[in-house]
Amino acid sequence: MNLMCSLYWYLQIHLSLYNIECYNIINLSRKGGISVKKVIKAALTVTFPVMLGYISVGIAFGLLFQKSGYNFLWAAFMSLTVYSGAMQFIAINLLTSGVGLIEIALMTLFVNVRHIFYGLSFIDKFKIMGKKKLYMIFSLTDETYSLLCSSKELVGVSRNSFFFCIAFLNQLYWIIGTLIGSLAGSLITFNTKGIDFAMTALFVVIFIEQWGTYKNHIPVIIGVTSTVLSLLIFGANNLIMPSMLFITVALMIFQKQIDKGDYKIQEESGNNEF
Amino acid sequence: MNFSTSYTLSAILVMAIVTFGTRVAPFILFGKNKSTPKYIVYLGNNLPPAVIAMLIIYCLRNVSLSAFPFGLPEAIGVATVAILHIWKRNNLISIIGGTALYMMAVQFIFI
Repeated sequence: MNLMCSLYWYLQIHLSLYNIECYNIINLSRKGGISVKKVIKAALTVTFPVMLGYISVGIAFGLLFQKSGYNFLWAAFMSLTVYSGAMQFIAINLLTSGVGLIEIALMTLFVNVRHIFYGLSFIDKFKIMGKKKLYMIFSLTDETYSLLCSSKELVGVSRNSFFFCIAFLNQLYWIIGTLIGSLAGSLITFNTKGIDFAMTALFVVIFIEQWGTYKNHIPVIIGVTSTVLSLLIFGANNLIMPSMLFITVALMIFQKQIDKGDYKIQEESGNNEF
Repeated sequence: MNFSTSYTLSAILVMAIVTFGTRVAPFILFGKNKSTPKYIVYLGNNLPPAVIAMLIIYCLRNVSLSAFPFGLPEAIGVATVAILHIWKRNNLISIIGGTALYMMAVQFIFI
């Protein structure tokens, strides 16, 4: 608890500084001179909840992987190339039981097929990112996706480097967590139970932000209804794919009601205080 | 390690390639056109709020409402985040506050 408290005060103090910094980036980038350092600082603030989540989940993965007989090099290699939380946990089972490569490919497809829907929101935005585009696509995890969705109105002109920084930092947290887990996981004595709730909290915050940004709430209702329905029909383990399909079909059916032009995103909402 | 290095290496590479495939697919399918098809733009605009709602439920998918502690820690956590956020509109305060309270709940109260 002491740790959480001091962490809280530390952030309290720095929060005001960061707010000023974010404001500066907007101004600087409008003038054409963006300080890399300041973009990184802003990205550090935005990605903080993901840091909590990724490092703790990464530690869990590294620890398990290490206990299954794979050292830190394997763990780091996997976090570097696969970079998919759910899949890496499943991979521990697959690798230790020597499952065939075709089955592994199919399993990966089923677990990660939801990503196909994520890219749809960034086809145009990534187009202008040049060399960074390939990495942005590679690193589009659930958490990076949600951060990019919610921070589009944050920094205005310097969006490209800001986006890249968010994506890069997130993977860095994941790799660091993985390494800590496989090298020193058994040394951790601080009770971290429940710390992964930071991820849920992040999604709740983004949800509230989006509620204010989108004037039309039909997509949210569709999202909730589809997911609850899939949870009831298909159970907790096969939830994502049917939900995504229900959501897509429902969005297409209600296109007329949603797409009256009043879903428009308020670019100037300006209440996103990181 | 139970199996050969080459098996492990190729298995990890297969996972990496398929995962990247799922991420790059929409860009290959719709990225080449100079203008993205209208229904894709529409979906791209309206998927995020639906997907975020989905991810919240996904995070809470294993919470049992019929057995102790009846999802109370999660309810407390989510409510704290929501109240703090509507009140203060500060992402970090909302996330840290909610997570800290949730951790206390699962570590000390609902054991």
